[in-house]
Amino acid sequence: MFVINCPYCGERDQSEFSCGGEAHIVRPKQPTELSDDEWAEYLFMRKNIKGVQFERWNHAHGCRKWFNMVRDTSNDKIHAVYKIGEKPPVI
Amino acid sequence: MTKYRINKTRFVDQTKTVSFTFDGKKYHGFEGDTLASALLSNGIHLVGRSFKYHRPRGIMSCGSEEPNAICQINDNTDLTEPNVRATEIELYEGLKASSQNCWPSLNFDIGGINNLISPFIPAGFYYKTFMWPKSFWKKIYEPLIRMSAGLGKSPTQPDPEIYDHKHEHCDVLVIGGGISGIISAKIAAKNNLKTILIEDKNILGGSTIYQNNKNFVIDGQKSNEWLMNEISELEKLDNLIIKNRTSLAAFHSYNYLLAKENISDHLPLDKKNGSIRQRLWKIRSDKVIVAAGAIERPLIFNNNDRPGIILANSVKKYLDFYGVSTGLNNIIFTNNDSAYETAVSLFEKGISVKIVDIRKKSSSNIVKNAEDLGIKIYWNSTVVNTFGYKKIKSIEIMNLSEDGSNVTGNKHKIQCDCLSISGGWTPMVHMHTQSGGKLDFREIDQVFVPTEKSENHINVGSCNGDFELEEIVKNTNYKVKKFLNINEGGFDKISVLCSKESEKKNIWLLPNTISESKTKSFIDFQNDSTAKDIKLALREGFKSIEHVKRYTTTGMATDQGKLSNMHALGIIADTAGVKMGTLGTTTFRPPFTPLTFGAIVGRNVGKFFDIVRKTSIHEWHVQNNAKFENVGQWKRPWYYPINNENLHEAVQRESKAARDSAGILDASTLGKIDIQGSDASEFLNRVYTNAWSKLGIGKCRYGLMLNEDGMVYDDGVTTRLGENHYLMTTTTGGAANVLSKLEDYLQTEWPELDVYLTSVTDHYSTASICGPNSKKILNKLFPNKDFSDEAFPHMSYQDAIIDKIECRIMRISFTGELSYEINVESKYGKSLWENCIAAGEEYKITPYGTETMHLLRAEKGFIIVGQDTDGTMTPIDLQMDWIVSKKKYDFIGKRSLYRSDTMREDRKQLVGLLTDDPNEILEEGAQIVSELDKKPVEMIGHVTSSYFSPNLNKSIALAVVKGGKKMNGQKLFVPMENKNINVTVSDFIFFDKENKRINA
Ligand SMILES: [Zn+2]
Repeated sequence: MFVINCPYCGERDQSEFSCGGEAHIVRPKQPTELSDDEWAEYLFMRKNIKGVQFERWNHAHGCRKWFNMVRDTSNDKIHAVYKIGEKPPVI
Repeated sequence: MTKYRINKTRFVDQTKTVSFTFDGKKYHGFEGDTLASALLSNGIHLVGRSFKYHRPRGIMSCGSEEPNAICQINDNTDLTEPNVRATEIELYEGLKASSQNCWPSLNFDIGGINNLISPFIPAGFYYKTFMWPKSFWKKIYEPLIRMSAGLGKSPTQPDPEIYDHKHEHCDVLVIGGGISGIISAKIAAKNNLKTILIEDKNILGGSTIYQNNKNFVIDGQKSNEWLMNEISELEKLDNLIIKNRTSLAAFHSYNYLLAKENISDHLPLDKKNGSIRQRLWKIRSDKVIVAAGAIERPLIFNNNDRPGIILANSVKKYLDFYGVSTGLNNIIFTNNDSAYETAVSLFEKGISVKIVDIRKKSSSNIVKNAEDLGIKIYWNSTVVNTFGYKKIKSIEIMNLSEDGSNVTGNKHKIQCDCLSISGGWTPMVHMHTQSGGKLDFREIDQVFVPTEKSENHINVGSCNGDFELEEIVKNTNYKVKKFLNINEGGFDKISVLCSKESEKKNIWLLPNTISESKTKSFIDFQNDSTAKDIKLALREGFKSIEHVKRYTTTGMATDQGKLSNMHALGIIADTAGVKMGTLGTTTFRPPFTPLTFGAIVGRNVGKFFDIVRKTSIHEWHVQNNAKFENVGQWKRPWYYPINNENLHEAVQRESKAARDSAGILDASTLGKIDIQGSDASEFLNRVYTNAWSKLGIGKCRYGLMLNEDGMVYDDGVTTRLGENHYLMTTTTGGAANVLSKLEDYLQTEWPELDVYLTSVTDHYSTASICGPNSKKILNKLFPNKDFSDEAFPHMSYQDAIIDKIECRIMRISFTGELSYEINVESKYGKSLWENCIAAGEEYKITPYGTETMHLLRAEKGFIIVGQDTDGTMTPIDLQMDWIVSKKKYDFIGKRSLYRSDTMREDRKQLVGLLTDDPNEILEEGAQIVSELDKKPVEMIGHVTSSYFSPNLNKSIALAVVKGGKKMNGQKLFVPMENKNINVTVSDFIFFDKENKRINA
């Protein structure tokens, strides 16, 4: 179980958080303009990397804030946490 | 004193006798004994039968690696526990232990017949034999396997004991209280670090605490004396917590560890006094120092499993720690120096001892010590056979060939009553690998040692592959200082003298004169797998160690292969001609030793198992005989039986009453989200399929919420309380998920929107009154209020006061009847409800539960999300096109409604079903077919809701059917186990399609 440094609350046990999958997949502003394939790309396709991955996390049993996290999925090392809207760090 | 209790030690108090029973017979031991040492002091070696061949087996070790001595404790009581290792359980007055796996008795075992037919029980036997014929399985194979397998008996009663969980944080956690753990803990604690030291035994000191050999000296003292002083100093340190009887169960990432503390297992039953039995510690430690030690390896030779064959260091511990001799005529069979310490100890206590060593020589101090004492050593020799059925009587030895691959010369028979074996040592790398650490294979002594990479934990002592006392002490000091960034450890100038091993030799499977197929060289003692099983698996094409392990079941017993894994690997490597380093190991999974279910669940039992949510009206429901159903964590009234009514009878009565006069439902559990902010309307436009901007203040609207994939996610009525203020209701079960989904969009996709969400589910209680007389009841409750259709139309809301209590009244309906929902602050819920019941008395107002609610709404064709939908239904599939705005540019899920797949006309669609026999009630979940004779049968849909409607006097059902929209009037079939039910597709609104009653 990791320790996650919530950008709003500080270090807390992983059990307080839930993971929301890959980060930086922006909802298209004009979905109706998209082809089925383009929409499916947004809707269904996720990378699921072994290695450094950018993820969305929610401090569900805490401040309820969503934020982004950079985690190496092969060893669970957390490289960075940052708020929604902030630029992703270069890892 | 018994014949085998030949030594007085400081660890066993021989003035305090403890009596216990084993297999019903009474014995005596002393305070400080384990069950195993007490049994051995009474000359008892035979403690069980092996799993497959039912061969007699004896105590083989002195710790958690024990494969044979597993017992049933306190049989036939509530507290009985199977699979307890006799080597770990501390003796207490009145302990009742019995052997397992030896029906009908330990000494006469019918399953021993398997031993005679063993050539026919090779690896994979169960997979191969019991496959065929199929009909044999239930009647013959399964009972046979169950009868002769079985490791102990489960308790039949609920566990009466108390278990506990505790969270702990520290700077340094030291795992293992042997010499390296003690040095580590002292360095850490003396440098102002909050330190916890856990040790699974009741006494600190590991194997050094009974190392009284003069060849091992620290700072001029015998190593055991030196360590004794260290321990007493350690116990004085302030910021050190020492936890005895505490074993590490799991080492997770980020230094999160679970450790199980045994609090009262060592106490007599009448002295426990309601004490907690075990506590599971959940420890988060900044740094972890693993000092888990090493486990002695057996040697693999023919008939190496007889009672009386014991690991050499265990023999030493029984002698020097417990004062018990495991035999009076010992032979030591070894490939390394450590067993010579046992030989010297035995000799010094006057016990006959000889040594068989596979090496050609050894020139260390300890070997010279043994030679000087005149102990006979057979060099370059191996044991080829052993004799004695229930206890070893003699062995045969032969010389080894030059390369060790064969035996030469004549057999030489030697009498003995105990054979101490030592195949070297295996570092306990389990903790290291559990935490994600990797291993390297060290050729010189054939061990896997940790690869140090982590910044957060280190391994010290023999679990790190340091076996000589000097390197253990000095490396531990050096490594711990570096790890904790400390300059002065207190052990820098220490002097250590010890015997050092220079000659090393290892043979995984010792050679024999007879062919392998005729030998029984056991690798996994508990699961009875032998060297030839492993070789057979390889011949049959299994290559991966993980596959060989499962096929032969090697390492899969309750000891998790602590003694067997290395030999299995070694034999695979030798046979396949690959290097062990490239073969890798099997995965070491937690827990390291078995955990009780009690320790895992802790206090979360009985009513603490899960949260129970009750509405403020709950007590009234209880008093009025409600039966409850669980909806999420809520207890909701299901129905209110009168005079022994069953569910069906009660629901028929309640449903009729609600349509004929008045019914009342506790609707407090519906999820409620308070939405405020200048963009609240825009937000609702984006999350619901319909339009919200034009909803007037004081009006209510039903909304359907989709997932981005277009599938229905939740529904409910939302009320506009003010210009920028809405109250959304959700399904009871979906409330938390809806809130977090809305928060997700608000925070991540639309942060520009000025909207605030607050869960107010628990803040309000709701009484929902429906039926033709509901308006009259409301008039009685609120005499000053105008409930005319003009002043208070359907789908609107007004504030009101009752008994000085503010309430919100919504005129909305889920039953199709004229209906009002009255909301008050939760603390007034019961008072409101009682007022409603009193006011409704003259109209025979009938409380109804969820079952009647479901029936009434089904008559009206209203869906329940999660019952009539399953995450694959779009609003179009539900024939709810009317609620999907065509004008809105976007809302969650809109684009997905135009995907080629969601636009297919043959998707499952919501329909009504009427049975040809109006009294036949379909089963929910039943499959629907259009052609009975077609093979294979094609399922075109299933029933989602089904009831007998008292108001229509016939059976009605909702179903989803492929292409159902266009099937109105079509005949279909619902095949059941013993009949086919004929049904006709109908409109899914069965009752009052014109909505006359809602607007009555
Ligand atoms: Zn937070």
